[in-house]
Amino acid sequence: MAPSSQAAPLTLFEKLWRSHLVRPETADTPAVLYVDLHLVHEVTSPQAFDVLRGQRLQVRRPDRTIATMDHSTPTTPRQNGRFIITDAQCAAQLSQLETNCAEFGIELHPLGDDAQGIVHVIGPELGLTQPGTTIVCGDSHTATHGAFGALAFGVGTTEVGHVLATQCLLQRRAKTLEVRVDGRLGSGVTPKDVILAVIAKLGVGGGAGHILEYTGTAICSLSMEGRMTVCNMSIEAGARAGLIAPDDTTFNYLASRPRAPKRQAWDRAVSAWRRLPTDDGATYDSALAVDGTALEPMITWGTNPGMAIPIRAPVPGTADPAALRYMQLEAGKPVLGRAVDVVFIGSCTNGRLSDLQAAAAVLRGRRVATSVRTLVVPGSQAVKRAAEAEGLDRVFREAGAEWREPGCSMCIAMNGDTLRPGQYAVSTSNRNFEGRQGPGGRTFLASPFTAAAAAVRGFIVDPREML
Amino acid sequence: MEPFLKLTSRTVVLPAANIDTDQIIPARFLKTTDKLGLGKHAFAGWRYDEGGRPRSEFPLNASETAGARVLVAGENFGCGSSREHAPWALVDWGFRAVVSVAIADIFRANALKNGLLPVVVDSAMHRRLLAGPTTVTIDLESQTLTAYGESVPFAVDPFARRCLIDGVDELGFLLGQADAIARFEQEQT
Repeated sequence: MAPSSQAAPLTLFEKLWRSHLVRPETADTPAVLYVDLHLVHEVTSPQAFDVLRGQRLQVRRPDRTIATMDHSTPTTPRQNGRFIITDAQCAAQLSQLETNCAEFGIELHPLGDDAQGIVHVIGPELGLTQPGTTIVCGDSHTATHGAFGALAFGVGTTEVGHVLATQCLLQRRAKTLEVRVDGRLGSGVTPKDVILAVIAKLGVGGGAGHILEYTGTAICSLSMEGRMTVCNMSIEAGARAGLIAPDDTTFNYLASRPRAPKRQAWDRAVSAWRRLPTDDGATYDSALAVDGTALEPMITWGTNPGMAIPIRAPVPGTADPAALRYMQLEAGKPVLGRAVDVVFIGSCTNGRLSDLQAAAAVLRGRRVATSVRTLVVPGSQAVKRAAEAEGLDRVFREAGAEWREPGCSMCIAMNGDTLRPGQYAVSTSNRNFEGRQGPGGRTFLASPFTAAAAAVRGFIVDPREML
Repeated sequence: MEPFLKLTSRTVVLPAANIDTDQIIPARFLKTTDKLGLGKHAFAGWRYDEGGRPRSEFPLNASETAGARVLVAGENFGCGSSREHAPWALVDWGFRAVVSVAIADIFRANALKNGLLPVVVDSAMHRRLLAGPTTVTIDLESQTLTAYGESVPFAVDPFARRCLIDGVDELGFLLGQADAIARFEQEQT
C-alpha cells in the first residue's frame, strides 16, 4: 500500500473498498469485492447451502467462514446441563446448520459450546473482527463490526451463497456520510442514546446508499463495546454499514484475543491498521453533526427506530397516527410514567458485559416491580461467564430478574421469548417494528440504564434519577 | 429464475411509508429451511386477525387483487432486516415488481436476485399510484413504467437488468471470476 501522504487523501471507507477489489466496477458490471470473514447462522444460511449442493459447489474458503447458533436457540436455563428445544422447527433449523457445517467443513460454535453466542458478539470477542477487513453475514446488524474499522454489512441468503462459493460479492460503491459527535456525554447518557439520537435526526431512510463513518471526540472516547452499540444500529438509519476508525482503544481490545495476530504478525498488523483512518483533506459525500454534550437519555415512542425522543420530551405533535394507534399513545404527551409489562436486556446491540454492568448498577440492591417480567440475556457464553465471575447474575436474580442463556431472544422473538399481544416492553434491542417482539407487542427501545430503571419502577422513568 | 421483460398488471397499494421486513414477513415464519410457501404469511400481522382470519379491509385479501403482480408501497419500502424471506414471500404471493419512491438497499438487492423488480419512480407518479389500484405496464428493456397514459423512466443497475432479462442469477458471473479471485488471494498472503 502506498503511503497515503503521497496519494490523494482517502476516507477509511475508500481504503477498505480499494484494498478488497478483485475487479473494479464498470458501467456494465458491479465491483467484485473480496470478503475476508463470513459469519454464518442458522436462519439465513440453509437455502444457500442448498444452492451449493444443487450446483455441486464447495465452500471456497471454509477457513474464512465461521458459524454459530443464535436466533432460534432457547435461552431458558439448562436442565441438568442440557438445553431444551421445544419448537420442532427451531430444532430442525439448528440441526440443519450442524449438518451443513459438517458437510462443508465449517467451524461451528453450536448450542452449549463455550464460544457460542450472538454472531456479532462472538466475532469481536474471539478477535476474528479486525480492522481493515471486510466482513459479511446474512444479518443486517453485521454493521456492528464496523466499530473496528472493518467494512461490515448484512447480505441476503443468495449473497450468503455467493460468498460461500466464491468468497466474493458483487457490489456498487456506496457513498459516505460523516456522523460527527463531539463533546462529552452527560451522566446516564450511553452509546445507545447517541445512536438513537443520530437515527432520529437522519430518519430510518436517511442513510440509504451510504456508509456512515462516526467521528468526533464523543465517539473516540467510547469503549469498543460502546462503539459496537453505535455501529450496530447504522442499518436502522437505512445505511449499508457504519465505521469507526481504529485507534489504541481498538488495538488494546484486540491484543489478547485468541484469534488476533500474534507477536511479529501483531506488530505488522497494528502498523497497517494505523494507516486506515481517514486522511486529512479527504471528503465525505455528506455530513451530520451532533452535539454530544447536549444529548439526553433517548427512548422510542413509535414503530420504527427513527421515532425517538429525549426521555422527558413529549411524543411529537407531528407523530404518525398509525404508529400512535399501534402504540396506544397520544401526541403531545410524554411516555414518562407509562406502565410496562416486560423489560428485555440483551441483543447484539446491548448484550455485552458493559451493558449488563450498566443494568446491574441500577438493579443492585433493588427489586424489579412485581408487575414486570425482566429478562437479562447475555450476548454470548463468554459474556455470561464474565458476568457470573463478577457476580452480576446474583444481582439480577436477587432483584427478581431472569438470568438466561445467550442468544437473540426477545429481540427477534423466534425462539419462544415473546411479548403477548398488547404488552409494553422497554427493550435494549434495535427494532421497535410492529410485532417485532411478538404479535401485537409494543416496544420502547432504550439503553440498559433506562430499561433497568423501568424494571424497578414498573413504568418509564428517567434513569438519571436512579444512578 | 423466470426472465423479466415486460409486465402489465393491476396494482395492489399499501400506502404506508417505511414498511419494514418484519411486516412483509414476521420473524416467526423464518424458522423454515425452505424458500417456498411463504406467500401465505406475507404481511401476516396486517392481513390476519388474532384468530388467523383474513381481515377483509386489507388489500391483499380483496378478491380484485387476485392475480395482481405489482405492489405499490410508500417510501423506504423494505427497511429493516436482511431476510431474503421478504422477497421470497412477495414472489410466492405472486408479485413480480415493487413500486415506490424509495426502496431500502438490502431489500432491493435481495429482490433483484429473485426476479422481483424494484421500481423507483418520481414522486409525482408515486402519488398518483398511491391513490388506488390501477393497471400499470412495466417494461424492463426500455426501463419505463406506464400508468394513466403517462410513461416515466426508472433506473436499474445494468448488470442486474441483464440478469433479469436473461433470467440468470449472478452466481455464474462470480464463478467465472475464479482466476482473478485466486490471484487476489495470492497477492494478499
